[in-house]
Parts: sequence; structure tokens; C-alpha cells
Amino acid sequence: MLWVDKYRPKTLDKMIVHQEIAMNLKKLVSEHDCPHLLFYGPPGAGKKTLIMALLKQMFGPGAEKVKIENKIWKVDAGTRTLDLELTTLSSTHHVELNPSDAGFQDRYIVQEIIKEMAKSRPIDTKGKKGFKVLVLNEVDKLSREAQHSLRRTMEKYSASCRLILCCNSSSKVTEAVRSRCLNVRVNAPTEEQIIRVLEFIGKKEGLSLPTGLGSRIAAQSNRSLRRAILSFETCRVQQYPFTENQAVPPMDWEQYVSEIATDIVQEQSPKRLFLVRGKLYELLVNCIPPEIVLKKLLSELLKKLDSELKHEVCHWAAYYEHRMRMGQKAIFHIEAFVAKFMSIYKQFLIETFG
Amino acid sequence: MIYESQGSGKRVNEKGMAPLLQSSQPWVEKYRPKQVKDVAHQEEVVRVLTNTLETSNCPHMLFYGPPGTGKTTTALAIAHQLFGPELYKSRVLELNASDDRGINVVRTKIKDFAAVAVGSSNRSVGYPCPPFKIIILDEADSMTEDAQNALRRTMETYSKVTRFFFICNYISRIIEPLASRCAKFRFKPLSEDIMSSRILHICGEEGLNLDPEALSTLSSISQGDLRRAITYLQGAARLVGSTISAKDLINVSGVIPAAVVQALFNACKSGQFELANKEVNNIIAEGYPVSQMLSQLFDVIVVAEEISDEQKARICKRLAEADKCLVDGADEYLQLLDVASHTMQALCNRT
Repeated sequence: MLWVDKYRPKTLDKMIVHQEIAMNLKKLVSEHDCPHLLFYGPPGAGKKTLIMALLKQMFGPGAEKVKIENKIWKVDAGTRTLDLELTTLSSTHHVELNPSDAGFQDRYIVQEIIKEMAKSRPIDTKGKKGFKVLVLNEVDKLSREAQHSLRRTMEKYSASCRLILCCNSSSKVTEAVRSRCLNVRVNAPTEEQIIRVLEFIGKKEGLSLPTGLGSRIAAQSNRSLRRAILSFETCRVQQYPFTENQAVPPMDWEQYVSEIATDIVQEQSPKRLFLVRGKLYELLVNCIPPEIVLKKLLSELLKKLDSELKHEVCHWAAYYEHRMRMGQKAIFHIEAFVAKFMSIYKQFLIETFG
Repeated sequence: MIYESQGSGKRVNEKGMAPLLQSSQPWVEKYRPKQVKDVAHQEEVVRVLTNTLETSNCPHMLFYGPPGTGKTTTALAIAHQLFGPELYKSRVLELNASDDRGINVVRTKIKDFAAVAVGSSNRSVGYPCPPFKIIILDEADSMTEDAQNALRRTMETYSKVTRFFFICNYISRIIEPLASRCAKFRFKPLSEDIMSSRILHICGEEGLNLDPEALSTLSSISQGDLRRAITYLQGAARLVGSTISAKDLINVSGVIPAAVVQALFNACKSGQFELANKEVNNIIAEGYPVSQMLSQLFDVIVVAEEISDEQKARICKRLAEADKCLVDGADEYLQLLDVASHTMQALCNRT
């Protein structure tokens, strides 16, 4: 089992980072009731961990016995019936799903599943917790219609169902949905917190972790705890016992992107552009999301530039990323950015050195 | 709980489920005014509607205004006061964005409901029960133009037995032929005094402690939206208990602390790109929503005295573009970085 999963805190009490949020959540559910919740924060900050721990706190160990279901939903969409296939992860108390998997038909999924859940309420002899919890991931990828239809559904079925929404950026969730939830901001852990977690894992595994290595892993992780733990484990596989100045292996795709950046700065010509294009394709076919490629490329390029050029380059990066989102094929826009950069850079070189 | 029936006349509670827990009811629903005269701060509307109650006559109505000003509340309250709980189900049809409202629904459901004549025999005692039905179309600005067009003739044909109430945020999204058939009422954002008095009333009922500073913070972060204010208040009360400070409210509301905004602004003023980049990275890692950041940055820039008007204009132009890009789903980091870099260029007078 990977360390990331092995040392994922199972209860709210065992949280090492976000203790304050955990305590607040615990207080929140202690009255056998909870409002709709919206968790937002950057990737690797611990949103999912908090949600799982919260479910356990609410329902006890029953929440951990999950089964994966692949169900076909028959949805009546006015004029015709749609068959939508969706994978859900469910226990007796909660259902978890990724509504954005359904593409543009996500609206029906949201309404249908919530209605289905509202129909079959869990029977509880003690007369409390008469509700189920629906965990929706990646709400920021939901279409606007789906979010609109969520707003009334949330209120209508509030007696029998609670929603826990989870997303990266709350700007993409409509105001109407946000205002109906208790918003919980999960910030990325600071480097000190990451080091604390790494030390904790080191102790559990019986490893001695030199402080220098720990802080370097934390610094390279970009404040993502998941990444820090993964690269910690990679270090362990590569070399043990640890040494103070052991190299922390960067992600291979990141190294690849920084090679591309070097290529671009070395020579600006159509021939080089063609070469870079091949490399970009290589990244994309390996399923690295294009916007992440673009962001990494920008940060690598910014390191190599004078401050005057930086403004212009980051403007164009934002411009092409926006175009990429509106358009269909990512490679055009990344390549356009590279070409634009080359032209700016070349002009700068000519003006400076003649 | 007479007031519970909201979702197109379907009462969740009557379906044989366990009774609703008292505490699980949102305060927004709990403290929704049940009578038209209790609606705060909308004098004209209240006056016209009270008149309606007396004379049992009313035109088609169009309520518009920002969220949380009482549009839905007013419409529901008047319907309840006109018909009482017994007749409500047969006389009022409520549709909102969560119901399917394509052109088919307009052609069938709405038309069928509108066409039925009302009987005059079964009047409930104590209510005016005028001889018409009411169709409430909530969030009408999200209806398609086709659906709105299909309504035009329906409204006129059945005007003897049916009144339409449209509720929307943006009147510009209601097509002109519909708007011209209605009496229009604009709902004003609530003033700070009225908001404070409502909130204090709820605090009293729920046994909460709110110091004056927290109260004014609440009024300012909710910007005239009473629903938002109450939701924040309930959220904070659930998280921290009965004594609520201004800081808790800011935490719950998702407003970015002023210090963070100021730090970014200062970094832009310093003219050092690396510094701004670091601040932007920090903001993203802390998980602050960038759209919120943009609007707060805008507030800071508009009132800043040391910036010339031209600089302000340049910054604001870029802010607007970034906001549009964010709505389209562009990456938050890149957009904020771009805004920061533009701001820096404008402030340091570089082109």
C-alpha cells in the first residue's frame, strides 16, 4: 500500500494538518445534524481526507464499507429517455460520485440521484440521522445548468439528504450554490506542516529522516502534501539510509518541461518549434493536462528571463490558456504560446545585442 | 408549519417521512416573513400588494432586483394570504429553475393549469380568495427565449382566470413583450439599518451574542443581501457556538482578509515581479477564490488616492477581462498573475 493511503488520517482527531478545521467540523456534526458543505482548496490540500473522516465521524465505521457500483440510470428528459452510465461509490449512509463524468448531461444525473436518495431514506430506530449524504466531486466542472438545478434541489430535499461538495476553485461554483452551503476553505499545508507529516511517517516506518532532506522534499512539493509523501517514498526506494544531500527526484514530466524551456531559449526558429512540438505531443499523449504543461512551461521560462519581458510573457500565457479553454485542441494553443514567446524573445535579443 | 410547501406544491413532510428536525431547518426558511406587511424595506411593493389583498384584484407582476431582497418571499406570502393553506395547492403553481421549464412545459403544464376555470363555491373562511389562479415563475431569467415567447399569448388568453408572477434578478433577460404585460417592481438592496435590525431580531430568537463590530462586518460582507447575511450567521453559529466575532464571520463567508489583498497590492506597487509572483502563488495555495480576490482588489484600487484616474482605468480594464476569462473557466493562477503584472505596469508607469 502506498504511504499516501496508508497514513491517511481516518478520523478527525488524528489530523496532523488542518486541526482547527477538523475540530470545527467535529463540533458541527456533534448535534446529529449538518448543513450542506462546500470544501474548496488546491489539490493535495486534504479535502478528500477531511470529507472521509467527517463521514466516519457522522456515521461510524459503517461509512468505510464502500462498494463500487456501475449503474445505468434511465432518465426521462422530456421528449426522450436517456441511458446514462455512471460509477458511484456508496455505503449505506452515503453515495459518492463524479457528476462531471456524465459530460453535458450532468444535470439529469444530479437531479435523478438526489431524488432516488430522497426516496430511500435510511431507517434509523433512534430517530436521528434520518438523512443520507451525497458527496459530489469536482463541482467546479459541472455545467451551469447542473449547478442551477442543484440550487432548488438542495432546498427541496434538505430533509432527507445532505450534500458535500468538493472542488478546487470556488470561483467556478455559482454564487447561488455557494450561498446555500457552509463554505470550508482547505488551504494547502505550509512547508513546516509537511515536514511534520514527513517526520511522523518516518517515525512510524522506523526511518531516520535528515532534516535537510525533509525540508527539501517539502520545498519541492509546491505545498501539496500528497506529492511530498509520494516523493518521500520514492526517495526511500532509491536510497536508504538517507543522506543529508540526497537528490530528490523531480517528476519526470517536469524535467521534460524544463528541457523544453531550455530548447526554446537556446534557439528561436521554425525548425526548433517543430522539435518542441514533438516534445509537447509526447507530454499530451502521456495524459499530462495541457494547462499544467503550460503553467509549468511558464514558470520555467520566467526563471530564464529579464524582468521586463516577464510581464509580456505572462500576459500571453494567460491569453493562450484562456483560448485553450474555449477551443478544442490544446496543442495548437500551447504551440502558439511557444511561437509567441520565441518571437518576443528574438526581438528582445535583436534590440539588445543588435 | 404551514409555510413549508415550497417546491411546486410538493410537501416533503407529508410523504410519511420522519418529522423534520427543528435544528436542520435553515434560518432563512424559518425567519421568512409570512405576511406581505412584514417584508422589510420595500414600501411601494408592500403598498400595492396590501391594496390587492383588500380589493382582490391584481395585475400580472414582475419582481426584479438583486438576490436576497425578498422577491420570492413576497410572491409566496401574497399567494398564501390570498388563498390560505387549503386552496393554495389548487390555485397556485410554482415553477423554478430546478423544474424543467423548456418550451414543452410552457405549452402543456402551464397552459393546462392556466386554462382551468376556478370554482367559486369552495371558499375558505378568512381569506379573500379572488377568482383567479396564480402562476409563480421563479428565476424567470433562466428561461429560454423560446419558452418566454410561448408565454405571451397564454398570458393574454387566460388573463381572466390566471395571474402570472415573474421573479428574476436581471430584467434585461426578460423579453420585452413579457415585461410590458406586467406591473414591474424593483426590489432595492436592503439598507444597513434594516439589515441590522433583522439580524438582531434573529440573534435574540436564537440566543446568539453578536458584538457591534461583528454586526457591522456582517452587514458589509453581505452587501444588502439578507439571505446571505442569515446564512453566514447560521454557519458561524454552527461552527463556533453562540458567541460570534467578526473574524468567525469572515472565515465562514469566504471573504478574503483585507491584509492578503493589501499584500498583493503592495507587491504590485513595489514593481518587483518576483515578489508579486510569490504573493500570487501564496494566494492560490491558500485556496482563496480568485473571483473574490478580483472584486476585492477592485474595491481597493477604486478608492486608492495615490493612483491617477488613467492608471485606475487601465487596471480595471484588465480586471474585467480576467473576470470574463475566469467565467469561461480559465486557469486562476495565470489570470491572477496577469492581473498583478498589469497592475504593476500601470502603477510603475511602464507600458
